Amino acid sequence: MSIKGLEAGYEESMVIREIDMEVEENQVICVMGRNGVGKTTLLKTIIGILHPKEGSIHYQSEDITKARSSSRAQKGMGYVPQGREIFPKLTVYENLLIGLEAGKQKKIDEKIYDYFPILKDFAKRNGGDLSGGQQQQLAIARALVAHPSFLLLDEPTEGIQPNIVQEIQDVIIDIKNTSATSMILVEQNLDFVKSVADYLYVIDHGSVVYKNPIDQVEDDEVYRYLSV
Amino acid sequence: MFGLNEIIITLFNGISLGSILLLIALGLAITFGLMNVINMAHGELIMVGAYITYVIQNLFVNYAPPEYFDLYFIISIPVALIVAAGIGMLLEVSLIRHLYKRPLDSLLATWGIGLILQQTARSIFGAPNVGVTSPSFLTGGLEVGTLFLPYSRLFILGLSIVCLFSIFYYFYRTASGRRIRAVMQNRQMAECLGVSTRKVDMLTFAIGSGFAGVAGCALTLLGAIGPTIGTSYIIDAFMVVVVGGVGALFGAVTGAFGIGILNTVFEYVTNATLGKVLIFVVIIAFLQWRPSGLVMSRSRSLD
Repeated sequence: MSIKGLEAGYEESMVIREIDMEVEENQVICVMGRNGVGKTTLLKTIIGILHPKEGSIHYQSEDITKARSSSRAQKGMGYVPQGREIFPKLTVYENLLIGLEAGKQKKIDEKIYDYFPILKDFAKRNGGDLSGGQQQQLAIARALVAHPSFLLLDEPTEGIQPNIVQEIQDVIIDIKNTSATSMILVEQNLDFVKSVADYLYVIDHGSVVYKNPIDQVEDDEVYRYLSV
Repeated sequence: MFGLNEIIITLFNGISLGSILLLIALGLAITFGLMNVINMAHGELIMVGAYITYVIQNLFVNYAPPEYFDLYFIISIPVALIVAAGIGMLLEVSLIRHLYKRPLDSLLATWGIGLILQQTARSIFGAPNVGVTSPSFLTGGLEVGTLFLPYSRLFILGLSIVCLFSIFYYFYRTASGRRIRAVMQNRQMAECLGVSTRKVDMLTFAIGSGFAGVAGCALTLLGAIGPTIGTSYIIDAFMVVVVGGVGALFGAVTGAFGIGILNTVFEYVTNATLGKVLIFVVIIAFLQWRPSGLVMSRSRSLD
């Protein structure tokens, strides 16, 4: 994945400006930044919900800047949005089946239930009836069933009870260690970022203001950009 | 004053009218209810179904041995479904797709399409109404004591139930139906998960249009057909969907049978004109009380 000079936003106002990013296979890039600096806009532009005004996105050496979201998903990109976006009137199982649309396989890999056993127990419930934490697990599972080669995670642990946060963090670490999946992870918790990331980007006012391999990251510098 | 027989026959007539309403509203419950497209040409798709039945009947009269004549009707149903669905698909791809963000424009545009279809029918078949001979197995009726239940009415009741169950089966038991539900609930997320929302929109609209064709086929059992047959049914169809609750198939069922039975009862105790007035009063009052219909459901937002 290679992003060059990306500019995107809503209507006339550009939220992100001149963003460059390179993601190698099996790399995890973490993106940090205060609220409203353009992290979610960046992910939405990468998955194709928003179309960039300037710049390009290449994926597996193919220009996907103008591709539709569905064809990006077919190419192996998975997306876990902020706010989970579960289909409320589809059962948990049906939500997972929609996740399969992007992949070649017909059946849901049982491994997903090892990650999130609750989804097997609640298979027949409507997605909208689950708690926030359970919906988040479902949203992650839904993105994983198609075995994406590239995963976009938008604050997967935001506003979720601590025991589930731990579970989700373990899953993300396990994906990194056991598959070749690359990730862009938007996250607020620096300790977790340091345990999973290869690279850290900090965004402020829509531009990358800090970028370093994770072993060279100085906490003080990062906190300087994050403090309000 | 009201004998048991009269109550039963009124109830039967009400259910029968309800089943007709359901049949003509089912397609609309999909295109208007689920997709929020105000398709004013829906009535003309019903007309297409009716004329297809007429054409197939004539083909049978001219080319098939008389003993097979009755088969024309059985063949007409799937043909009407497919042709109407095809026209609907064409309409979606060429016109409606570009107007999803502009509901008022799509209303005007589809009204224009309706007029074009009407005039086309007039050019091909002439302005006067044409008749379709009901197949022999649907003439006559079932006599229960002193009651007489026409087979054609019973057939429409059966057909509407079959259509309803096939739609439910399709929506809730097949992968393609699941995709439709996902797109209608959250199209952006469905797109991000690899569902081609363009294809789903096209398919959904085609299915809704196809059921209009089936309804047109059934209407040939009730009377003569003409280029404006659709206009006389389109109001009723919208009424059923609005009363039932936009976005809810189950609502269309209750709306259809509710309006059907009430309408018949009002007409029985007053007369045809006053009965129609009363039903409109009831519907207006009902919509004051529950503006979003009997069954409330979140539909997709127009985006």
